[in-house]
Amino acid sequence: MPFSLLKYGFSKVHPSERHFQNLAELKSSYDVVIVGGGGHGLATAYYLAKQWGITNVAVLEKGYLAGGNTARNTAIIRSNYLTPEGVRFYDESIKLFQNLSNEFDYNILYSERGHLTLAHTDAAMRTSRWRAEVNKHLGVNSEVVYPDELAKLCPHLNLSQKVRYPIMGALHHPPGAIARHDAVAWGYARGASDRGVEIHTHTEVTGFNFENGRVIGVKTNRGDIRCGKVLQAVAGLSSEVSKLAGFKLPIKSIPLQACVSEPVKPFLDIIVVSGSLHVYVSQSSRGELVMGSASDPYPLYSTRSTLEFKEELMMHLLELFPFVGKLKLLRQWAGTADMTPDFSPVMGITPIQNYYIDAGWGTWGFKATPVCGTRMAETLATDKVPDLIKPFELERFYRFDQLGERGAASVGH
Amino acid sequence: MKLMPCPINGLRNISEFICGGEVETMPDPSTGSDQEWAEYLFIENNTKGVVREWWMHTPTSYWFIAERNTETEEIIKTYPASDIFKQRVDFTQNKS
Ligand SMILES: Cc1cc2nc3c(=O)[nH]c(=O)nc-3n(C[C@H](O)[C@H](O)[C@H](O)COP(=O)(O)OP(=O)(O)OC[C@H]3O[C@@H](n4cnc5c(N)ncnc54)[C@H](O)[C@@H]3O)c2cc1C
Repeated sequence: MPFSLLKYGFSKVHPSERHFQNLAELKSSYDVVIVGGGGHGLATAYYLAKQWGITNVAVLEKGYLAGGNTARNTAIIRSNYLTPEGVRFYDESIKLFQNLSNEFDYNILYSERGHLTLAHTDAAMRTSRWRAEVNKHLGVNSEVVYPDELAKLCPHLNLSQKVRYPIMGALHHPPGAIARHDAVAWGYARGASDRGVEIHTHTEVTGFNFENGRVIGVKTNRGDIRCGKVLQAVAGLSSEVSKLAGFKLPIKSIPLQACVSEPVKPFLDIIVVSGSLHVYVSQSSRGELVMGSASDPYPLYSTRSTLEFKEELMMHLLELFPFVGKLKLLRQWAGTADMTPDFSPVMGITPIQNYYIDAGWGTWGFKATPVCGTRMAETLATDKVPDLIKPFELERFYRFDQLGERGAASVGH
Repeated sequence: MKLMPCPINGLRNISEFICGGEVETMPDPSTGSDQEWAEYLFIENNTKGVVREWWMHTPTSYWFIAERNTETEEIIKTYPASDIFKQRVDFTQNKS
């Protein structure tokens, strides 16, 4: 061990660089107020400053920085969606992700490992083929693979036919990746803060002020402030905050649970997902198995963990990797996922003038952090919704024009 | 294990039930506008607090009403749907 590390370990002070300035006071007015200091809010602030030179911006976060779903997700990044609109959108995000460590000069531990969506039924095979075709058509690398190839891609996977749900094949998506979620949020926070954006933690938005149908101010637990524009990016609390602004959303808040095992030597470099078995698993750079399942069966604003979740998850995981039966669980947690009926987000304008929304990110929004940031920043700066995110507008529900991503998003994250 | 008191089957594991969403007033089948139907079908109150919802006990296909708190996860009471729905919806009037 290097001496400096030892010295650091025994020292009483542990100097580490702050990621954003600690500000005592709120100003009386901002051009843009962003409600929610998760990855999405911070990324939008960053691109507002960096790409559009808009720096009189405040990010208001009711808790500590990025302690919501940004801190709780299992960090899977991929673009092998089902609809062309979805594929294009998530692919832009992947491209931004790939260069993020360089751009930040801060390591987000982006790790490209490939992603397998296992199919155990004819219907799942059909969806895999469909996704592969849509993906390839749009230049996204996805291929249907069969058990012989699976044995090479993931040698430890149980391909036996003598199980309840034998594996028939899979959708293989080589660009699939994981990244350090906290670092993504901190990188955006630091980049925004360095460019003049104010980040205020422990600052809860409790209401809004309006004039002639347009938002002109924000009420907080630290007093009222005036603002030109508002972006709400509060994930699990989307419905609560939008009600403060006076409109409702097609969103249910439902817990999503996850857990990690004790660390073991590396054996799983690819990300494995099974929609039919409701399980996904990857091995972190620390050696832990990071595991999750579908969202809970009913809406709840609580982040408790349940035994049922783990029983079902483990039952299926043991079928895929029987030898992990002896592993112990290390941690469990949950986040509140903002679920839409079509598994696509709600982004863009709202019925309130100058009030923008980024919500409905459910179980799949970490991978969209960079693209939401750039495109919501563009929306706020230009007052025009970019074509890329137009299909996700709230209005689609009133035109019966949903964007069904269930086949690609329900467990895959 | 979380238990749900079913009005006819008694206390059962909540995993035997499906949550059918908030109890809302259906638009009039003859005169409801597209906007009303969109709101009825997709837009949610998603209340943080006490809600009134449809639930079904899957093994017996029995639908009933449950009142529960979405912050504390407390189930306050459950009762047959007939307690609040006194009349059947008449769809025959929509033949036009
Ligand atoms: C267990 C789990 C696993 C997941 N796995 C994946 C995955 O593998 N891949 C993937 O792409 N996605 C995944 N997701 C989804 C992903 O985490 C989220 O969609 C994404 O992080 C949302 O980011 P956000 O910035 O919108 O929300 P958040 O990070 O939740 O930030 C919203 C913030 O708003 C704040 N806030 C709320 N109300 C107020 C208020 N009134 N005033 C001020 N601040 C407020 C909250 O405190 C919170 O910090 C997972 C989610 C969970 C829970």
